[in-house]
Order: sequence, then structure tokens, then C-alpha cells
Amino acid sequence: MSEDKINKMQEKINLIFSDCEVCEVVSQALAEDPEQILKMLLVSSLRGRGGAGFPTSLKWKFARQAPGDRKFVIVNADEGEPGTFKDREILEKVPYKVFAGMAICAHTIGAREGFIYLRGEYNYMRKTLEEQIQDFHNKIAGKLDFVIKIVSGAGAYVCGEETALIESMEGKRGEPRNKPPYPVTAGYLGCPTVVNNVETLVYVTMIMKMGPQHFASLGTQHSRGAKVFSISGDTPIPGIYELELGMSLAEFVELFGDGDTKAVQVGGAGGFCVPRKKFTETIIGFEGVPTGGSMMLFNSTRSMYNVLHNYLDFFCEESCGQCTPCRVGCQQLRKGIEEVKNHSLKPVHLDVLKKMTDTMRYASKCGLGQSVPNSFNSIIDNFREEIIF
Amino acid sequence: MKKIKIQIDNREVEVDEGTTILKAAEKLNIHIPTLCHHEDLCIAGNCRVCVVEVEGANLLSASCATPVMEGMKIHTNSMKVRNTRRTILDMLLSEHAGECTSCTRSGNCELQTLAGYYASPDNALLDISIKSKPDTSSPSITKDDSKCIRCQRCVRTCEEIQKVGALSMSGKGEHAKVSTFFELPLNTVICTNCGQCVTRCPTGALVERSYIDEVWDALSNPDVHTVVQTAPAVRVGLGEALGHDPGGRFTGKMVSALRNLGFDAVFDTNFTADLTIIEEGSELLARLTNVLTGDKSAQLPMFTSCSPGWIKFIEHRWPHLLGHLSTCKSPQQMFGPLAKTRYPEATGVNPQKICSISIMPCTAKKFEADRPEMRASGFKDVDYVLTTRELAKMIKQAGIDFDALEESECDSMLGKHTGAAVIFGATGGVMEAAIRTVYELVTGRQVPFENLNITPVRGMEGIREATLKIEGTVEKYRFLEGVEVKVAIAHGLINADKLMEAVNGGNAPWHFIEVMACPGGCLSGGGQPIPTSPDIRAARANAIYEEDASLLLRKSHENPEITKLYEEFLVDGPLGHTSHHLLHTHYTPRP
Ligand SMILES: Cc1cc2nc3c(=O)[nH]c(=O)nc-3n(C[C@H](O)[C@H](O)[C@H](O)COP(=O)(O)O)c2cc1C
Ligand code: SF4
Repeated sequence: MSEDKINKMQEKINLIFSDCEVCEVVSQALAEDPEQILKMLLVSSLRGRGGAGFPTSLKWKFARQAPGDRKFVIVNADEGEPGTFKDREILEKVPYKVFAGMAICAHTIGAREGFIYLRGEYNYMRKTLEEQIQDFHNKIAGKLDFVIKIVSGAGAYVCGEETALIESMEGKRGEPRNKPPYPVTAGYLGCPTVVNNVETLVYVTMIMKMGPQHFASLGTQHSRGAKVFSISGDTPIPGIYELELGMSLAEFVELFGDGDTKAVQVGGAGGFCVPRKKFTETIIGFEGVPTGGSMMLFNSTRSMYNVLHNYLDFFCEESCGQCTPCRVGCQQLRKGIEEVKNHSLKPVHLDVLKKMTDTMRYASKCGLGQSVPNSFNSIIDNFREEIIF
Repeated sequence: MKKIKIQIDNREVEVDEGTTILKAAEKLNIHIPTLCHHEDLCIAGNCRVCVVEVEGANLLSASCATPVMEGMKIHTNSMKVRNTRRTILDMLLSEHAGECTSCTRSGNCELQTLAGYYASPDNALLDISIKSKPDTSSPSITKDDSKCIRCQRCVRTCEEIQKVGALSMSGKGEHAKVSTFFELPLNTVICTNCGQCVTRCPTGALVERSYIDEVWDALSNPDVHTVVQTAPAVRVGLGEALGHDPGGRFTGKMVSALRNLGFDAVFDTNFTADLTIIEEGSELLARLTNVLTGDKSAQLPMFTSCSPGWIKFIEHRWPHLLGHLSTCKSPQQMFGPLAKTRYPEATGVNPQKICSISIMPCTAKKFEADRPEMRASGFKDVDYVLTTRELAKMIKQAGIDFDALEESECDSMLGKHTGAAVIFGATGGVMEAAIRTVYELVTGRQVPFENLNITPVRGMEGIREATLKIEGTVEKYRFLEGVEVKVAIAHGLINADKLMEAVNGGNAPWHFIEVMACPGGCLSGGGQPIPTSPDIRAARANAIYEEDASLLLRKSHENPEITKLYEEFLVDGPLGHTSHHLLHTHYTPRP
């Protein structure tokens, strides 16, 4: 029943995985004035699909305006967020649409070099991708002076953070940089650089093909368009789905749940954990809970203590460890809930920890440390009992 | 330069574009606490202690790393900033296994100071520190990871100032730490022992390996005869460790303090600095003579060899250039064998009972004293090396009221010195001292600089060059007539490395190169008082040149005790057989 419904919903959208005459789209885009492309992106209201949701038109505009002879386009295919696996699927199924998005970006900002920063575990696709890139180079030969190369990821989650990604590309330890300057003014090798998620670039290609209005007509006022979701956990139908933004979690659970859904973790380990009682009021999108695509469903057999502990293990390990709030904060959170669980500490310690997360949120150097409080606080607030007893 | 107008704590200030919030606040005399920030190093922005609130932004900004923007309204002391600062200090303390009471840095620890100001009176965070065993393998530096706050100042120092890279970050998250190559003991890696990391560590994670106890033992043992030497830079640094502002000179009080501590003979490394000039100057002339008279085996440029951090660096990185190094030992190691040969010979003290101790601005000297070749006297030439900081600590331990001490002079025989020796303590000093002597040997006239101040070789530029035309030579050095002698000076090993690139590439125009491992020279060595900064180094350099100018004798060859030494002891003269045995050395390639 719900599978039919889901299929129908997907067919209605069908942007990411649809067939597309990539060459035509690229030729058409190259004929456009870059300013016109920026305008189209603005009208489409496309926001980055990598998690932070930064308006793509604005990002490209900054890079276009930044002075410099050498500029770069980088595709972030590091896909390290627990519970996301959509970029792999996109690169396998519609790689040319990604290359096309890169070419359009290159044309818009004035770049001649592009990189695909490919998660180390995805190296098995490298050879195929390289052949496809060669073919793409042949196709655009004479139209656009643009070369794409693949860079293998350094294997750490934090390397998905765009400035850490750039550091690692430069052969350094993958540690996030101070911002400003942002990559759009001083990125790879100090040159203006656009870093975009795989999915974002495919949407760019489709916006060029179908016009920005079509995209903007999908979704809600604050979350235009559609999004590819990686759905996992306690669901009978895990997988990758392209859905319109702006759906409520109640609707979502109706479609994907197993009938016993107690909570949904939206946006991966750094996202929000929404309990059943808030499903109806919670919108999936920038006005509600934003997500880079990860949707994890938990049913009533799951211990939220274990879920949280698991996330904290992940953060303790995957924080780059350079800045105090994140390095120490993550360890304090994990040890703190352990001690509360085994009754060495009174439950009020959870409040000490919650207060401490303010510092993680406001003072961490990058999005990793800044987002740890999301899952911690939402789980503590909604499942306090499960943490204590 | 474009000017930017901003407001900090409701006060207006105008600064150059690109200025950081931290610097802008300094202009208003608003102090923002920092830990990972250091004047000498690139910006890290990782401790987050310096965060401030910028109106309109939800996230706080690291003031050390954030450039000002027009119209910014900044608050350095808002509730949000105060809460965050406090939590960050609490966090740092929770992972710091600091045994404050017994720590070398207690009283001069940046973490301790900030904790005193900002940390919670009752830190509710859990203890997550890891009590690891310190690495005490190195004779120079002790590394205690359990006190490390991961500010990475040491890593940046080793990389940016020294280009050594012996320390780097390993592991991530909770495992992130400062490591040597594969966690090997410090004495087995490419560490040069310079101790620049030690002088920039905000806590006690990196400290000198202390020999205070050994020295106290020697001082209290009636059967041991203690002989002490002090390097030129010590007297311009010591005051800082005893509460004075940078730039003070304390030679006389230092000598009295050493006597009060109980040293049997108080001598001066400056004496052997003068001796170094005689030997090294002669070696330079010999090499020049050989090269200019067609001997292809003599290698120029000649490099100075007084800085043991530099020696270990070149042994590791440029082993095939070791032939360029002067064979002269450093002044410390020239003093060592004399203290156990010349001194007992003249006084009748049993050399077996002599314990030779040196006070150095340097941690690498501890390693140097341990080198197997440094036993020319038949004993270990220098038994223990203490840093300036360790001497200050002993003075405090002994309850000596340093400021109230009368000034006194070193004992004679190995104690007299000239201004040329004093300036060894500053970058360019060995060069200047050498030129004062060599020029006069070759021409019979004083160097053509006002008051003997060879200003072109002074200063704090990382690399300096100078050319001196030789004219009016005496008979013996006629072949040098009209020759333009070219010299270069580097301090900080990253700069030395640049000169070595040139020498290696065969396009080095110089005859003589002075290298000091530490920026500023010995005056900012790894054993000097903490902190260091460009201003502090400038003040110490100033004191050194003042001391030089205040002396009557300012050329090494005018030191009467040196003349006497050659007459009575090193009778076959500079580079002679005895000199060669006692005062010259060889090097070990460590590729
Ligand atoms: C810890 C961390 C990990 C991240 N990992 C990824 C990732 O794997 N893929 C990705 O596209 N963006 C990731 N991001 C977001 C990127 O920093 C960046 O915002 C994004 O690539 C920009 O692309 P977009 O504007 O197209 O979304 C990560 C951010 C953080 C803080
Ligand atoms: S927030 Fe975490 S991951 Fe980001 S810079 Fe700080 S320690 Fe590294």
C-alpha cells in the first residue's frame, strides 16, 4: 500500500535519477551568461544538500566575484555521515549529471579545474568514474576548458567538512580551518573554491534543464524542491528515496515506519532525534528539522541510551580533536551519561552536561562540534528516563 | 591600507584591514585571554579560550583568528563569553593531569594563570585525563603528554621556526596528541634538542630535563670540587626568571649568587668564547689560504659550530655538508676540557674530583655535553648542564635575595673576557666577534666601523648578509688584498636550511656563515626564561650589546688570559696539536 504511494510520489518528482541528455544541458548552460545562471539558481531557491543548506546561488556568486585567476570546483563525495549512502548511488547511476553540474559551476565562477573528493571506501568506483570523466572531457572538448580529477578521501568523517577536505587535498592533516576566510574566497591552494555536495550539483543540472520554476514549485516556502533521503533503521523498506521537502514526520513514518516507530533521527549523528509525540508538528526541511539526507527510524525495542552512546562513541572518535569544546566536550558527554547510567552520578549531571553543550555549540571551530548538542539535547530532553534507568 | 572602524565593548577603534579582533582589542588595552596563540607562530584558533561575541552572530568568534569587518560590534566580556570561557577552562582542566604543586612550570604556567582567573571554583566536569609516563629519554627535553592541552604551539614551533618536524599531531578526537615519529622516544628521533618548543609550551608538557638534584649533590659533597661556567646569554635572561623586566644585565649579581650557592670556582664561558674566536678565526684564515692558493680539498663557506641544535640539524638533514662545519667545539665544550686539564694543573686540584657544571641558555647543550666525543680531558668534560631557568630555581631554593647581592667578578684564569665574547649571545655575534679579530690579524688595523660596532651583521632579520673588502693587508696575508669577504648569518633553523639549500646547490657566494639554531640566537635559547616574543628578544639583544659597549676590552685577541693560555698551556698555538686535541671535534652524519 504505502509502497505504491511512495512510488507515485517519487515518479512525480524524479529529478535526480531521471535520464538526461547531459550534453545538451551543458551546451545550453554554456550559452548562458554566468549572471543569468546565478539568477536561475536564485529563483530555484536551491540550498546545499550536504547538510548546512547554504544557498547555492550565493555560494557561486561569492566565488565568481572573488578575485583570482585560478579557481576550483570541488564535489564533496566524502559521504561520512552515519546513515547516508545516497551520494554513492548518485555517482553510480547518474555520474554525468554530476560532471555537468561541475561544468556549469566552472563556467559560472570561471574555474578550469574540478575535483571529486571521493570517500576512500568508494574507491572501487574510481576506475569506472575515470573512464566516464574521460568520456565527458571528450564531449565538452572545444566548448569548455575544464578538467575533472578524482581525489581519494582521507578516511575521516571530519574530512567531509569542506575546509578539512581542502586541507587534506593539500596533503595536510584533515583539520578544519578558521573561517573566515571561507573557501569561496580562499579555498584549495588559497584560491576561490566552490565545494558542493554531489546531490546539489545534480539538482543544478536539472534546474538548467527544466527551468528554475519547476524546482521552486516543489517543497515549501523555506525548503524548495526535493531531496534524496537515505532511509535506514527499523523500516521494512530501507533505501534511497527522492521526496519533496516539507513533509511532516507523521506522514513520513506512516510511509516508512514499521508501525512501532518511537523516534526518528533526522540528519545523522549531528541531527535531531524527534520522539513520536512530536511527529505531527515536525516538518522535514529547513523550517523544521534539516537533514543532509539521513533518516534513521527507531522502534520501541531500541534503547535510546544505546543510541546516544553510539553517537557519542562516534564523535569521540571522529572529532578531529584540535579544538577544546569538541575534543573534551564529546568525552565529557559520553563519560557523563555512563556515570549517570551506572548511578555513580546523580541525574542532575545531565543538566551540567546540557549547559556544557552551549559551549560546544557556540565555540567549536567547525560544524562537527557545533552539531553534537543537537542529538545529545534532543535525546536527553525526550528520553531522559531511558538515560537514567 | 584600508581602515576599518569597529566597536569593542562599546568603544570605537579604527584599525588596518586584516587586523584580528585580538589585535584590535589590544589597541584599546582590552585584554582577551589566549592559550594557543603565540606572537611567533601562525594562527591556530584551536583552544577557543579567546572567543568573543560579535553582535548579530549566533556563534562566538575566535578573536585570534577572526579579522575585523566594518561596523562589527564586539563584546569581549558578555555573559555568553564569560560562561563559555569558564567552560573551556573547566574542559581543559578536566583532561589535564596537572600535578600543579610539583610541576616545573607552576607559577609560570599559562593554563594555571587562566584557570585562576576564569575556571569554576567547583569544576563539575569529570576527570578524563590520561596519566601517562613522561618521556624522559632525552638528555635535554622531557615530554609529559598528560599535561598537554593540544594547543599545538610546539608542533608549529618545530615546523615553522625550525623546519624540523620532530613533533606532529597524531590520532584524532579523544586520541589526538602531540607525537614523535611513531611515538619513538625523543632521543631517537630528529629532534635537535633546541628547546624552542619548551619556551613556547603554555604548560608543563614540555620542559627541560632537569639536573638540579645532581648539581645539589655535587655542591654538598665535600669531596667534589665544583667548577661552574656561565654563557653570555644567561646574564641577560636570568633577571626575568627572578622577577625583573626583560633587558636587565645581571652579570655581577649572578657571579655572587653562584658563589653563594657554593661553587668552588666561578668561571665564564665568555673566556672560551674568546678562545673560540682565536681558533675559529685561525681556521677560517687557513681555509681561505688553502682555497685561494688552489687547494681544492678545503671547503668554503665555513659554518660556525657553537650551536649544538644546529649541529644535530645539519648532521640529520645535510650530512654531506659536514665538511663545511668548523671543527671548533662550542665555547661550553672548550671550557670543559680546560677545567679538567689546565685548571687542575695550575691549582693542584685533583681532576678526578672536579665536577664541571655549565649554566646555559640552551637545552641542546645538555645533549652536547653527553656526546661521546666530548671527553678530551679523559673525563666527561662537562658533567652537568643547567638552563638559566634551573639556575633561577636554585637561587630561589637556596633562599638567596638576588636583588640584595653585591656584584662580584669571576675567578681569574678561565674567567676574563672581552665584549666580543659577550655578543656570542646574540645572532650575528659570533660573526661580529670573528670579524673584529680576523680583520685586524689580516690588515693590522681595527675594523672600519664606528666603535667596533659592525652593525650590518646585527639585527633580527632571519637571514642577513654582509660584504667586507679587505685592503691594506699585512705581508703574511697579501693574497687576500682586495678580496671581498662575504658572510651570511642565519638564526632559526628554517633560515639555516635556506642557506644550506644554496650551499648545496653550489650557488653560495659566502665565505663564512654563522648559524644559531634559535631565533635571536642564544639569548632566546630553549633554556631561557619563559615567555619569549619579538619584543623580549629585542630587549635581551639590547642588553647584550650594552654589555659589550660597557667593556674596555672588546676584541677576543686582546684578552690577556687567552694570551697567557697560549703561552703557558696551548703552547703550539691556535690549531696546534694541543688545541686540536682539546678544542676541536668531529661530527656524526645522521641521515
Ligand atoms: C563534520 C562534517 C562532515 C561533513 N561531511 C560532509 C559530507 O560527507 N558530504 C557533504 O557533501 N558535506 C559534508 N559536510 C558539509 C560540508 O562542509 C559543506 O557544507 C558541503 O559540502 C557544502 O556543499 P553544499 O552547499 O552543496 O551542501 C560536512 C560538514 C561537517 C561539519
Ligand atoms: S569542532 Fe571538532 S571536528 Fe571541528 S575543528 Fe573542533 S575538534 Fe575538530
